[in-house]
Amino acid sequence: MTTRDKILQAVRQNKPESTPLPDLADLARRAHDHFSDDVVHRFGSTLSGIGGQVVPVTSWAEIETYVQQYFTVGKHRIITTLPQLAGVASTVWKSDIVDESVVVVDALGALLPHTLADVELAIITAHFGVAENGSVWVTEPLLGSIQNKPLRAVPFIPQHLAVVLSAEDLVPTMHDAYKRIGSENYTFGVFIAGPSKTADIEQSLVLGAHGPKTMTVFLLD
Amino acid sequence: MTQAHPELAERFNLDEERVNWHDETLWFVRQKRDKAAHTLPEWEDLRETASQIKHNVLGNLDTYLAEFEANALANGVQVHWAADAAEHNRIVLDILRENKVDRMVKSKSMLTEECHLNDYLGEQGIDVIDSDLGERIVQLAGETPSHIVLPCIHWKKEEIGVLFHKYMGTDEGCADPQILTGAARLHLRDTFLTRRVALTGVNFAIAETGEFVVCTNEGNADMGVHLADVHIASMGIEKIIPRREHLGVFLRLLARSATGQPITTYSSHFRQPRAGQTMHLILVDNGRTVQLGREDFRNSLKCIRCGACMNTCPVYRRSGGHSYHSAISGPIGSILAPNLDMKKHADLPFASTLCGSCTNVCPVKIDIHQQLYKWRQVLMQEGEATTAKTVSMQAMNTVLSNHGLYAVSGRIGRTLMRWFPGLVNNKLNPWYKHRNMPEAPKESFGDWYAKNRK
Ligand code: SF4
Repeated sequence: MTTRDKILQAVRQNKPESTPLPDLADLARRAHDHFSDDVVHRFGSTLSGIGGQVVPVTSWAEIETYVQQYFTVGKHRIITTLPQLAGVASTVWKSDIVDESVVVVDALGALLPHTLADVELAIITAHFGVAENGSVWVTEPLLGSIQNKPLRAVPFIPQHLAVVLSAEDLVPTMHDAYKRIGSENYTFGVFIAGPSKTADIEQSLVLGAHGPKTMTVFLLD
Repeated sequence: MTQAHPELAERFNLDEERVNWHDETLWFVRQKRDKAAHTLPEWEDLRETASQIKHNVLGNLDTYLAEFEANALANGVQVHWAADAAEHNRIVLDILRENKVDRMVKSKSMLTEECHLNDYLGEQGIDVIDSDLGERIVQLAGETPSHIVLPCIHWKKEEIGVLFHKYMGTDEGCADPQILTGAARLHLRDTFLTRRVALTGVNFAIAETGEFVVCTNEGNADMGVHLADVHIASMGIEKIIPRREHLGVFLRLLARSATGQPITTYSSHFRQPRAGQTMHLILVDNGRTVQLGREDFRNSLKCIRCGACMNTCPVYRRSGGHSYHSAISGPIGSILAPNLDMKKHADLPFASTLCGSCTNVCPVKIDIHQQLYKWRQVLMQEGEATTAKTVSMQAMNTVLSNHGLYAVSGRIGRTLMRWFPGLVNNKLNPWYKHRNMPEAPKESFGDWYAKNRK
């Protein structure tokens, strides 16, 4: 008998009687009611409470101005998946590589995500944000690609991360979030809540453990 | 039982200042958990719902495992099954050999600690680097994590500074957490960029979709796997939950219970390997099916490894994770360990005052202190408990008595709550009888507290 069958047989022998799954509707509704007032404010204050920040904007130009003001445009590598921000960031990541001959290519001919190691700022978009915890939901197609090969490393590898989000795309709770995601067949998805952080040394909080040191959400109204 | 909890706790207690610091820091984390829980009026409902979902999982685990496997395979994930630690470790080694690599980067996985994977791979000439900062610190120090969420909570920053000076070239005497973390960031970035195989744990696996979720704050799991050709994910078979929507319940509970954060920084959902990447998932039993058959203890399989029961436990806080001599320490570890080896871990169910604080904070409502009590009964029947019981009293003396407990100081109110979140007097709680308990204050606690507070 294979290990698989042995384990499954042992489970069958030892498991307790089945009990019904609870209905989530009531819990989800109560949570929704509690968190649904002023989601914009709640999202912002929660995100800043965990080390991120919300910058309310009304136009793409405003985002570009902000990026110019706070990041070293032209000096350090800034990439974006959003053509609207082409003025401050590169949308064609491949051409950012100075010497094409040293580009590492994997077996399938895809450029390795390693070429993103020098990115200072990545600007992406998200499907929606969650007011109760300040997170944004992102799936693989939103993370850009090189030669049609998606790059999951994009929100993790840069020194700084920015996310453009429509103020309309905020849900109150995680129950609402999964309702909205439904049965979508994403390949990879991630809730991102603030900059990468650690408190492993004597519980002192340090932003920028391995991933981005800051996270800015441009809330577009 | 050469190095049982009492001796190890006593050693930990030699450094009083450190013990006080450890105690206070974990209590602070516990308070952050309380604050986070109180922001949710539906908190108790949420716990009850989580507990019920997990109960349904226990009763249908075989079906869910098969459903999960079928979906994961359809998603292009390679699924492996391991009966025990040895089989798990062998599977990992085979994958590494297949890919002709002798180095691997690993993010936090208590299961691999349970399986002693690092030691095994080390013997086979494989270099493993733990990428969680706390785990990296204990790894450099030649230790194991002392806490499932806060692996190096027993280390002081000055000691970490010495370690980093030696291994990462930071300035001698530098003990600044910001600078030390920065050094680790650089050192591990190089690791992430040069490893072809990355191993992660699994927080939740969804039967309905075949996806699995990994939660970190540092982003180390993601940095590892998105830059590697091969992703290995190791999970205990109890990590299954039926539906994706159930993540809404568990992700709301996990970080709030663990550190008081509303959610971990990253909750990554892996459904399919990245184009060009291979993804392996190892489903591990290692005693879980046996525990499932123990009616009194099967609820321990509901655990989502948040660490709240450790942060609140007066014995854990004052004896340190290593005193439990088991990969998973604290109250939940004391229930899980005797299942694997009753003789070796007979002392652990006695490393508790049975105050019940663990049960009160557990996000999936495991009746932790009752299970500890039941283990004592089982161990007595099995004849394993006599020594354990005797030595446990010594341990409790060491752990809870020598720090001015009875001194009337401005701290006493706080301290009393911290040390005795509730206490049970019965015959299987020898520690209670053994101690001279402070007399119950005549005035109400509030008055008494106010009066004694300076
Ligand atoms: S037993 Fe409960 S409180 Fe303890 S780690 Fe597990 S889930 Fe958390």
